[in-house]
Amino acid sequence: MWLRTYPRFTASVLLSASACLFSSVGSAQSHSSNEELVISDNPVGHPGGRLVASLRSEPKTLNPITSIDISSREVIAQMTGDLIHINRLSQNTELAIAKSWTVSRDGLQYTLKLRHGLRFSDGHALDVEDVLFSFQVYLDEKVNSPQRDLLIVGGKPITVHQVDSDALVFQLAQPYAAAERLFDSIAILPKHLLDQAYKDGKLAQAWGLGTSPEKVAGLGPFRLKEYVAGQHLTLERNPYYWKADRAKHRLPYLDQITFLFVPNADAEVIRFQAGDTDVLNRLSAEDYSALEKDQTKHAFHVYDAGPSLEYNFLFFNLNSVLPARSEISRKQGWFRQVKFRQAISMALDRDGMVRLVYRGRATPLWTPVTSASSFWIDTAVPHPVRSIDQARKLLEAAGFSWSQSGDLIDSSGSPVRFSILTSASNSQRTQMATMIQQDLREVGISVEVVPLEFRSVVDRIFQSHDYDAALLGLGGGDVDPNSQMNVWLSSGNDHVWDLGENHPATNWEAEIDQLMVKQLSTLEPQARKRLYDRVQEIIAENLPVISLVSPDVLVAAKDQLGNFKPAELDPHTLWNSQELYLSGTAASGQP
Amino acid sequence: MKMSRIAALLVTALAFLCLTVVFAGFLAPYDVAQQNRKLAFAPPSVIHFADASGRIHLHPSVCALEDRPGAFGEYRENHLNCFPIQYLVRGTPYEVFGVVKSNLHLFGVAPQTKIFLMGTDSYGRDLFSRFLCGGQISLLAGLTATLLSLAVGALLGTLAGYFGGWLDASIMRGAELFLALPWLYFLFAARAFLPLSLSATGAFWLLIAVMSLVGWARPARLIRGVVLSSRERHYVLAARLFGGSDTYIMRRHILPETYSILLTQAVLLIPQYVLAEVTLSFLGLGVAEPTPTWGNMLSTLQKYSVLATYWWMLIPGLLLVPVFCGFVLLANELQPGRKARAA
Repeated sequence: MWLRTYPRFTASVLLSASACLFSSVGSAQSHSSNEELVISDNPVGHPGGRLVASLRSEPKTLNPITSIDISSREVIAQMTGDLIHINRLSQNTELAIAKSWTVSRDGLQYTLKLRHGLRFSDGHALDVEDVLFSFQVYLDEKVNSPQRDLLIVGGKPITVHQVDSDALVFQLAQPYAAAERLFDSIAILPKHLLDQAYKDGKLAQAWGLGTSPEKVAGLGPFRLKEYVAGQHLTLERNPYYWKADRAKHRLPYLDQITFLFVPNADAEVIRFQAGDTDVLNRLSAEDYSALEKDQTKHAFHVYDAGPSLEYNFLFFNLNSVLPARSEISRKQGWFRQVKFRQAISMALDRDGMVRLVYRGRATPLWTPVTSASSFWIDTAVPHPVRSIDQARKLLEAAGFSWSQSGDLIDSSGSPVRFSILTSASNSQRTQMATMIQQDLREVGISVEVVPLEFRSVVDRIFQSHDYDAALLGLGGGDVDPNSQMNVWLSSGNDHVWDLGENHPATNWEAEIDQLMVKQLSTLEPQARKRLYDRVQEIIAENLPVISLVSPDVLVAAKDQLGNFKPAELDPHTLWNSQELYLSGTAASGQP
Repeated sequence: MKMSRIAALLVTALAFLCLTVVFAGFLAPYDVAQQNRKLAFAPPSVIHFADASGRIHLHPSVCALEDRPGAFGEYRENHLNCFPIQYLVRGTPYEVFGVVKSNLHLFGVAPQTKIFLMGTDSYGRDLFSRFLCGGQISLLAGLTATLLSLAVGALLGTLAGYFGGWLDASIMRGAELFLALPWLYFLFAARAFLPLSLSATGAFWLLIAVMSLVGWARPARLIRGVVLSSRERHYVLAARLFGGSDTYIMRRHILPETYSILLTQAVLLIPQYVLAEVTLSFLGLGVAEPTPTWGNMLSTLQKYSVLATYWWMLIPGLLLVPVFCGFVLLANELQPGRKARAA
């Protein structure tokens, strides 16, 4: 499991802030006189059939307002639509329920126009009232929706008002780079179904898994058909969906999508191999290698979709608030030295990690920005080659020396030893920690690897601060730097190495704060990139986190699945479910 | 006291196993933590009695492995680069009982190649060396924890069953409390109070303590049942009538009745405790990497890809089957002998 920074906002790569944009897939009048459908430019597929996918855990709810778990969000994404959407493949924004948007010159006002004639999956017409209701709900403090944080810009909530029968204005408190990305995954809600629950203060209880299908509606390609506790959840085709193919056939092609609840990764692979499921959303490199050998025999293919946004990193506990009677403050004398951290980084065998842990399907990292963010990555950041000699020199320069037995000792003669905390349920990370243990042995540092249950790891890092060093993985939901604000701002909730800073603890942290805030309100993409490049350089030099490797996105799908285009962004496989089709026999395994 | 031939054979085999484990450092060719990153998941070494030209040699040799470029975990032997197996060679230092220090190993090969009798794991560590050394912790922890939990269980179960009354009630309620405790959460809480990094010795004793603490209640309940029925037997009543003290009656008449239960529990508990170590390690209460244990060697088999691709990773598991069967058979063998003596 890896931690996920939730916000998926801002900064498109190539979008001009004040331009009026139209959907890359075009608009068309078809099917009914005033229905503005989006026309897909993908190859035309065959209608019908059922796709079977798997989920590691049962969704907790079907309510887009309160859902936080990955399974729920994966199902809800199939049932709901947003105004502007991030194309998971191109990583650019594209128009969805909105048919156009304009941005005022000062970058404070976004005017969105809705498509005409769209309907929710229960046949009820969509209008501006539904959009106003949705944002009213998301912004209501009493509702406590996780999306609310995304909609607060410059400390103030975005305000929304109607300007026309089909147009709305979103007012921001301060300019916000590529704010159109904020609209991604903000599901538009049917007021006619949820208004009463909202008025009664019972919105959090609405749309539980027991809700009958006709009472749940959205603007996604599929709608609820059946939920069988402990077994599966089935969605059926939304007959009112607002996209069509080039032949003007309304999408989606598939009649149904069934999500089987499969408790662990191994069981997922076995069921896929047995033909019970049609796609695998995330594979480990080991499973990828195992399936790769069977792919021709079983008529499926494994895909390496390229680098992911996930970055694994080692970091030291630099918190100023520590548990009572803890030894950590003594060890912080070492950890706080930049040269010490540089020496550790220099001693690590990243290539070995790529080879052993990820079977070569990963990229070594020197900053947390992975090559999945091809626009944002600073290619000028140096990639020093592993050198034990260099590491020793750095340690010597930082005042360390070696005992007769070869152990590293500090200036007071104490041996340098610390523990690395990692999640026991993530075998890749435990394996990396064990490799680090061996690597650091070569410079005389004794490391103990402490794999703990994930929740204990999170508690120790975020609550009690009771650890020496830890190995974690983070991954933004988006390529944009704004999705990493929580990590790099010294006041951020995911500023893992030193949480709860009232003011930046070091000069370089103050500079990062300044740069991150400045890029937030800089509308010109190249200017933003220059600011973010500087952030990456500061991180590479001061190493508050020692970046290790970024695994590739590995997925698998049956050969009969048409228009299958795995993406680097999450969800990797079903992001274009409306365009997926089953060629040949449409039948699939029974749940 | 006579032992059956099979029992004697089993005792010899288990004693041999214990000796092997004790002298693991001498028998293992490599250090358990030594990673050969270029030889991850290497299959067991092929021992050659013939050279490249087909000539037979009595002195076996091992050829160097080369990885195939671009393919992970696929190796081929370089037959032009073979080295004879040497005996009584100097290598990595080790300790026996923490007292005797040495660097003498039973066998080894020249440093240009490696000999992996059971192949290597995901870090390229020698599985054979790890299996032998892993037994030191697993076997000792399993046996010690079994003895401890059975001793506590037998003592409390006998007291409860023999004396009854408030003592019985309090011991049994205590046992029920232990059985009903949500151990997972209890262990999480316990972990929170312990220092994050534990030394290997500390972790070892902690393991034993946790396993014994969890394990005494069930045997105690079973033994109490047996004691409860035997204390009403005529020969016990007779002994009491003749003035036998409580200690005498318990030792001479009651405790022997519980031996079969104790033996059965012992053979069930040993493998259970070896595997329990995996769970405890998962919660951070066991022995951490790179120290090998049988439990953590077995845990890698839970991965489908490992099972499907690297058959030699199964060898430790397969080797443990006869070990555990040995314990069960020994218990079976010892039981009839005891009954015959009782008769």
